[in-house]
Amino acid sequence: MLFRNTINELIKILSKPRSYIGFGALTLLIGVILIAMKADGKNFISFVTASFEQTLSFNGDILNGNLMAFVILQMLIIHVPLLVALVTGDLISGEAAMGTLRMMGTKPISRSAILGSKFLAGAIYTFLLTLWMAFMAYGVGQWIFGSGDLIVLNNDGLVIVPADDITWRYLYGFGLAYLSLLAVAMMSICFSVFSDNSIGPIVSTMAVIILFTIIGSLDVPSFGNLQPFLLTTHMASWRSLFEMPVPINDIMNSIYILLVHIIGFGVIALWKFNNKDINT
Amino acid sequence: MSQEVVSVRNLEKSFKGFQAVKDVSFTVKKNDVFGFLGPNGAGKSTSLRCMLSLIKEDAGEIKLFGQTMSGNRNKILSRIGSIIEKPDFYKYLSAYKNLELLARISGARVSKSELYDILEFVGLQGREKHRFRTFSHGMKQRLGIAQALMHNPELIILDEPTTGLDPQGIVDIRNLILKLSKEQGKTVILSSHQLAEIEMIANRMVIINKGRTVIEGSVHELLNTAQMIVRFQLDDIERGLKLLSTDFSLTNNVQSDGTELEFEIEKIRIADVAECFMKNGLRIYSIEQKRKLEDYFIKMIDQS
Repeated sequence: MLFRNTINELIKILSKPRSYIGFGALTLLIGVILIAMKADGKNFISFVTASFEQTLSFNGDILNGNLMAFVILQMLIIHVPLLVALVTGDLISGEAAMGTLRMMGTKPISRSAILGSKFLAGAIYTFLLTLWMAFMAYGVGQWIFGSGDLIVLNNDGLVIVPADDITWRYLYGFGLAYLSLLAVAMMSICFSVFSDNSIGPIVSTMAVIILFTIIGSLDVPSFGNLQPFLLTTHMASWRSLFEMPVPINDIMNSIYILLVHIIGFGVIALWKFNNKDINT
Repeated sequence: MSQEVVSVRNLEKSFKGFQAVKDVSFTVKKNDVFGFLGPNGAGKSTSLRCMLSLIKEDAGEIKLFGQTMSGNRNKILSRIGSIIEKPDFYKYLSAYKNLELLARISGARVSKSELYDILEFVGLQGREKHRFRTFSHGMKQRLGIAQALMHNPELIILDEPTTGLDPQGIVDIRNLILKLSKEQGKTVILSSHQLAEIEMIANRMVIINKGRTVIEGSVHELLNTAQMIVRFQLDDIERGLKLLSTDFSLTNNVQSDGTELEFEIEKIRIADVAECFMKNGLRIYSIEQKRKLEDYFIKMIDQS
């Protein structure tokens, strides 16, 4: 029944116009960035690298597909959650508002299976969105700008990643980005269980992400103990993959914390949904 | 003894301090068309929601097909088709696609041709590919009934299915329910706030008010004890008045316009009155019965 209803959930997601907003927005945003960088990227890069051009010499073109994918991922990872929440935040609350949750609730499918299939469908949608982001940022970026060494400015300084050592990093990088977006999806589904309208869970998800981002960026001692456990702190963990050497322990720690968020939101949602009175 | 399909005992349910259902009990037997009657806000929908496990009851016992929901939920629900409150579907999907989605989780294998057949059965042929958002209220009700029937359930629960329908739509739904009961042997629970509707199609009924069961029984028996207004056209009104007074102690509320007598009496006593008039040589030109259904309903409600 879980599998059957997951097919249903995917059909519903694919039939709703709002599901395509994310793909459209990503295409537009990444497209604009790529075109702008193609048109005027060299001047921009020269301006940024002017300070250390005197001390370092580069082989090849700094402005390449690898750099573009890095820049785009960094720019969008905080904004893509809105696109995810737009769909996943609506999965339960949208049905409650429409009255179809009542219809589903009278069918011989357990509440856990209903929610489980929504989790799966949400995870598949998030995966497709991440895949599209990867295709646009990395695939199209490579096609327009070509490959080359990647120069990254980290907390530890300037890191140059050779071109033949990059693909696997992006593979894992987008994997980590997916995991963080999945945590966002689970959070919005969890909020969705508590609400009977679609707007509430979407706005709440974004409010939490903005709040966590602010807490994470404030250098206030009392927030120091909290910061390592915030979802938003680990949304940028993909960047660690572009350090030399790769801090495996830090990345594993981020994966654990993201998984704890995913499981935690899932358990809360499951408990609430199984005890929820369907009154709409 | 008829097999009990539904047994509800001392059901209670509260919402944030408001007790919507205080003590509802009733029994539905196999092949019954069971009227679930009560004014708006009586607790009908809440009781039905509890039966279908949409909401959890605070107290009481619900047995469907002799089993409680606990541990048997999916097995029980696969034998039930229902519309609770109003039929809501995915607005952005077609009638067929909506049914296909629900059929997939109905617990039965429903083929494509069976879905088309059921859409034809409820009169939606030719509208299969139309999106739900373009449907009229009547068409939505028909689609609701289609989803309730598509997996061939034994028990059908319809919550006020004629609300908002035009007269033809009401007749169609009524005929459909009778057909389901008589031709297919289905058990039907029909919730309504209209006694006349229940009287026309139900064989048994329960009246609930303010969250409590007021009365339960056979529609025939319950309504036969009801007071009726009867109008006798006689050749001698004065003698008729006298006989009503002496033989039936009817003096109050007897109205006369010179050719007719109108009074309130229990249905089972109408024949006695007619026999008395004839024995005393009165000529009866006509007898007209007017059952005070609404009065009966209100009386039951008031008594609760």
